[in-house]
Amino acid sequence: MLSVFIIYMVKFNRFILNNGLRVIVHEDHTTPMAVLNILYDVGARDEDPERTGFAHLFEHLMFGGSVNIPQYDEPLQRVGGENNAFTTNDITNYYITLPAENIETAFWLESDRMLSLAFSEKSLEVQRNVVIEEFKQRYLNQPYGDVWLKLRPMVYKKHPYQWATIGKNIQQIENASIGDVKAFFKKHYNPSNAILVVGGNITVEKAKALAEKWFGPIPGGEKYRRDLPKEPAQQEARRETVSANVPLNDLYIAFHMPGRLEDGYYELDLISDILSRGNSSRLYRKLVKEKQLFSEIHAYNMGSFDSGMFVIEGKPLENVSVEEAEAAVWDELEQLKQYRVPDDELTKVKNKTESTMIFSEMSLLDKAMNLAQFELFGDAEMLNHETEKYLAVTAEGIKKEAQDIFRKENSSTLVYLAESH
Amino acid sequence: MTLNRTIPPDFRSVENVSLIRPEHIKLGNGCDIFFFNSGDQELVRIEWIFQNLRFDHEKPLLNVAVNTMLTEGTSARSASQIADQVDFYGGFLQVDYGYDHSQAVLFTLNKHLEKTLPVMKDIITDSIFPGRELETFIRNQQQKLQVSLKKNDVVARRTFNKAIYGNTLYGLGAEFDDYKTLHRDDMLAHFRQMYQPSNCTIVIAGKVDDKTIALIKDSFGEGWVNSSGKPDTAQPDLQPSREHFYFVEKPDALQSAIRMGLPMITRIHPDFPALQVLNTVLGGYFGSRLMTNIREDKGYTYGIGSGLSSLKQGGAMFIASEVGADVCRDAVAEIEKEIGILKAELIPDDELDLVRNYMMGSLLGSLENVFSHADKFKNIYFSGLDYDYYDRYTEVVKTVTAEKLLQLANKYFDLDKFYRVIVGKY
Repeated sequence: MLSVFIIYMVKFNRFILNNGLRVIVHEDHTTPMAVLNILYDVGARDEDPERTGFAHLFEHLMFGGSVNIPQYDEPLQRVGGENNAFTTNDITNYYITLPAENIETAFWLESDRMLSLAFSEKSLEVQRNVVIEEFKQRYLNQPYGDVWLKLRPMVYKKHPYQWATIGKNIQQIENASIGDVKAFFKKHYNPSNAILVVGGNITVEKAKALAEKWFGPIPGGEKYRRDLPKEPAQQEARRETVSANVPLNDLYIAFHMPGRLEDGYYELDLISDILSRGNSSRLYRKLVKEKQLFSEIHAYNMGSFDSGMFVIEGKPLENVSVEEAEAAVWDELEQLKQYRVPDDELTKVKNKTESTMIFSEMSLLDKAMNLAQFELFGDAEMLNHETEKYLAVTAEGIKKEAQDIFRKENSSTLVYLAESH
Repeated sequence: MTLNRTIPPDFRSVENVSLIRPEHIKLGNGCDIFFFNSGDQELVRIEWIFQNLRFDHEKPLLNVAVNTMLTEGTSARSASQIADQVDFYGGFLQVDYGYDHSQAVLFTLNKHLEKTLPVMKDIITDSIFPGRELETFIRNQQQKLQVSLKKNDVVARRTFNKAIYGNTLYGLGAEFDDYKTLHRDDMLAHFRQMYQPSNCTIVIAGKVDDKTIALIKDSFGEGWVNSSGKPDTAQPDLQPSREHFYFVEKPDALQSAIRMGLPMITRIHPDFPALQVLNTVLGGYFGSRLMTNIREDKGYTYGIGSGLSSLKQGGAMFIASEVGADVCRDAVAEIEKEIGILKAELIPDDELDLVRNYMMGSLLGSLENVFSHADKFKNIYFSGLDYDYYDRYTEVVKTVTAEKLLQLANKYFDLDKFYRVIVGKY
């Protein structure tokens, strides 16, 4: 086929305030809205192993009032805005969308909580409870909900990716004190550890003036230097089997893979597409449809910044043993290691990547978040070269990465066995 | 000059929103096409929307199974050929089953439309539901059902819907054995009756030029003819249960799922926009009374909200949350207390102003791209309303009085008529 790809392009301007805050502005005058996105360079990986879940708990506390503004949400809703935030193992990201003419309210709110929080005891107490309920709702009171609490410590022995963002257990969240909160804020929440992206119906000049006005006076603070333990290469196959109150058996196989910026990342990301994206993917076609071994199966890459993780997860049919199901997954991985991916199949996953990028241009917020993340990687402009990087992947490269990664000694296998019911 | 950070910046309320209206083509075979053209990106979303057929309680899954299996084979293409063709050209093919309508949706880059559209024509006009694919579908759905039934929120939703809608499409919660009633010949008959031009609305959004329209007409115009049987889309009346309280005990539960509410007026009723304001105050946004009290003050839950659903045959108002098992009774009491306050006290001006502004900003923000404009159109079109509805809606949001809302709370939120579902511990 004719390979004329449409290249994804998000235009932006960039400047740095005197206090070290990096600011990116993306003008989009097709919308009456604006977004303000702040990425803080701190995630669960930066936590003390005895205080896990703290970055995420802290994210909740960011909504408990700041030094000059007792209520965060109320004034934003009053001007027609909405906001939310999320914490990952790598970053914490806060975002606001609101009518563009009210954008100054977003600058006011975000700059005050970067300046200082109210550090309210009541807020800490309530948010501890809220987060504990979140822990129960998402991780404990769901079938298979605790998978990440089990799988992460199998895969990572040194690196802090060994715990989930929610934390290792509820006790550590219960123990969080206001002193911990203050220390965490001082260490991570300052201009030199943040990236601000402003997008939508606003000019660069206006965004710059507002950034200077509201964020400019905030003291720079100390730049946090990350020095995390490296995860040593895995030498032996790891395996764990748990009996649980779940209706069906479930099989997880996790592999170490390159981090987000390392060589081999794009090859492995396309491998996950080849294996499991859409109904034409290999695992679905072979193992769900043809061999009739699984009711569902998925492969994905966690997109971790440091040492990455590639996961295959599937629920075997009730009449299929875990051993048989597992062997069939390995057969598919062997195919990738032994044979080059056919040209058509490689073109297919590249076409999918291209259209995904183009469709993501429809969302202002997605663009803002992507710009922030690539700026954290070193240069927001990298976003505009993503498609090219996927297009440059070769069948040889895929085969080589498959051979490197899909080895028993690089695998951690977690099996859920359904207790008889 | 020192910056005074205690004073909020000036702001302006959103006064109105401008909605893009579609262009309309009526094809000779009865199929309606509505399209929204925006040339910003070289992509397009096309939806084929069909009214569901009459509910048959002997064969309750026909509507959903026929829709879900549209991708599983035609006379000309196997399931894998369908997937290959769409995936190779970077397209996304989805089938979505809803209470009133079933649809097939194609997302594609315009440059590949010529290659992806024939697949859509094939599945919409010539699906055959191959026997082996049907067996696979049944088995996999039965497995997924077992996992869903372990989730308290899912069980609560199913129990609630069954209670307020009864034995109808809206009240249906598929059981394991229901899948055994699926047979290929029934599905083919259902498909032939339902997926025909006179029962189809096509909604297109994105870059829609003459070529796009010509391609659609080629595939879905004259060559696509109605079969002899007229689609029977009439539905039995809703049958709310007399029993209003349901407790599904889960002895090991850490949290209990709560779902409570009652049958309600729909979008076509003149009170509906004001009721949306009232619902927003109660549980429709992060700063709502339910969130403020039950999450942000008591810490009983990760989240709680209320909502209004508006379907063709009827609507519902509901409140849903998952709360700590030990505080479930307290949470229910607090929910009822908040409803009681709405019925007894005027909403303060300050709060009502905030909600007005929030709702207007939220409406503006919901119009992110051309797809959103198409979605707004579908809301009114399938309710039998026109764009005046949005004028009324914005007018009500901006002007409805606290007195009127108090009156509506008393008119519609009768706690004696509430259905209450608890799954977990109580």
